Amino acid sequence: MAQPLLSVRDLHVSFATYGGEVQAVRGVSFDVAPGETLAIVGESGSGKSVTMQAVTRLLPMPPAIVRRGQVIFDGRDLLKLPEPEMQKVRGGDIGLIFQDPMTSLNPTMTIGRQIAENILKHNRVSRREAFDRAVEMLRLVGIPNPRERALQYPHQFSGGMRQRAMIAIALASRPRLLIADEPTTALDVTIQAQILELMKKLQEELGMAIIMITHNLGVVAKLADRIVVMYGGKVVESGSARDVFYRPQHPYTAALLRSVPRLDADTSTDLASIPGTPPDLFNPPPGCPFAPRCQWTMKICSRAEPEFFVAEPGHLSACWLHHPMAEAQAQRRAAAEGGVTHGRR
Amino acid sequence: MFRYIARRFMLSVLALWAIATLTFILMHSIPGDPFTDPKLPEHIHQLLLHKYGLDKPLYEQYLIYLNNLLHGDLGDSLRFREQSVNKMIAQGFPVSALLGVEALAWSVSLGLLLGLVAALNRNRVLDMVTMAIAIIAISVPNFVIAGALQWLLGVKLEVLPIARWGGIEYQILPAVSLGFGVVGGMARFMRTSVLDVITQDYIRTAKSKGLSAFETVWRHVIRNSLLPIVTILGPLIAGITTGTFVVEQIFGIPGLGKYFVNSIYNRDYPLIMGTTLFYAVILIFMNFVVDVLYGVIDPRIRVVGGKEG
Repeated sequence: MAQPLLSVRDLHVSFATYGGEVQAVRGVSFDVAPGETLAIVGESGSGKSVTMQAVTRLLPMPPAIVRRGQVIFDGRDLLKLPEPEMQKVRGGDIGLIFQDPMTSLNPTMTIGRQIAENILKHNRVSRREAFDRAVEMLRLVGIPNPRERALQYPHQFSGGMRQRAMIAIALASRPRLLIADEPTTALDVTIQAQILELMKKLQEELGMAIIMITHNLGVVAKLADRIVVMYGGKVVESGSARDVFYRPQHPYTAALLRSVPRLDADTSTDLASIPGTPPDLFNPPPGCPFAPRCQWTMKICSRAEPEFFVAEPGHLSACWLHHPMAEAQAQRRAAAEGGVTHGRR
Repeated sequence: MFRYIARRFMLSVLALWAIATLTFILMHSIPGDPFTDPKLPEHIHQLLLHKYGLDKPLYEQYLIYLNNLLHGDLGDSLRFREQSVNKMIAQGFPVSALLGVEALAWSVSLGLLLGLVAALNRNRVLDMVTMAIAIIAISVPNFVIAGALQWLLGVKLEVLPIARWGGIEYQILPAVSLGFGVVGGMARFMRTSVLDVITQDYIRTAKSKGLSAFETVWRHVIRNSLLPIVTILGPLIAGITTGTFVVEQIFGIPGLGKYFVNSIYNRDYPLIMGTTLFYAVILIFMNFVVDVLYGVIDPRIRVVGGKEG
């Protein structure tokens, strides 16, 4: 990969609570290249949103604590940047979209002003010009009559239109990275597709990189170049979208893919689910976080943390099954159960 | 907008009629009458009742009163001879209103500021100090504050007059005493409201645009936090500008406050009716103002110009 735009290294984030310290993110690393789309996939509580909020330093501290790690954006460690510098990055170099467009816009400020606010903060323009550019942004995200609409309030917009307005805010200062935290979760299905199309189209026009945080694998398939799968505050697998979809290496990824409903499935087939519950992050078990739920679990899994094994170029998986000593056994069981097909090391 | 105001006006008139009727019934159900006095010979008592029309059947008195009310006449006081209730209110209200507005001006602004500071420093020392001040301000009765201020600034330091009514120097102590409790209440309300707003998603959006903490608070937090405050402001303004018994009594201020209480002891029927209805009118008017103001702050409940998209 060329020089990455964003490079997260060994990030640890905890939350101090009355019950103790919740270790929400435990050593996450990944890279994003300029212009590419990275999907961070995982179930609720896997640490994906916390990771991205830590990257942009939007976590309320306290209770959040960044224990360790580096977030290199454009050669600078964002975690060490003074707050005024960080404010230039936020909204300027990195735009953000959140899950619920119904609550993410200020109800007492016009849409136009909310977009112009970003433009005024990061560009040397007059209020008039900022407003004109806000109108232009609304047009760009496909809102009809943008000049009139800019003077309206959020409650006069539908859910899909509000998410378009959020995208307009996030992209108003032409960021190089857009972080979208479950941007379609709160929208109904037809609107979801429209929003994803829009993001894809804007990425082609503006050339920014996108980090898409989602638990929706359909979204991933539509947009992502590369995928990072998170579980229990750790990255368990990463690779190109094609590799991860067609040749999942980690048992969790495989189980996740099996649990997606399929149109071509028999109507009598039950939807596959993963038995068990996610790990307790107050007191994370040693070893692999997925071990208690994994159907191929071995003695070592709950004792030592698996390292990353390279399944194929650019495709990594943190699972003991890839260890040469486990390979033979795993293949026998996989063949018997028709599950994961493990690649060569 | 015109239709809205017209509707509100009709409802207000209806409410006033209901209040007048209820007060009339309650007032006459208190045992005794304005001239009950063991030393008064019975025939003079009867003559007095006759003179003021209190010997007529109750429904007749009620109709006469309503008729006078429609003509804007609140009647004559039974206790303060040759004084019409209209005149008493006209003389007392400006004094009470001035004092009330002065008291509210400083106390509401300070209260809101303290609440904001407390919320933004939640669970830190500044929050605890501010809330301690607020609790003290609420808990200490204003006659204690008034007495303490009179003693300190009036008697010991001799910088301000102890009592009576006059220029601005006479207004400072009563305005401070009167506003004390309001500061505490406002601070606590504002703190809760700000805490609610700063956890909203749109505040995170504001930060994600790169706004500084100050810009976020100034443009996004304050306005939204004021919404619930405006609601309680209506009754508060009505209550304080129509005079308060204790503070006006302590400082010997010729306001409306004493009439609310004395009229009931004296069974001064026209004055009871007058003060009650006057208070109701102010309250209803203030609530109307608040509703209009609410629409100004919150576009979601604007009565006019709300084109749904």
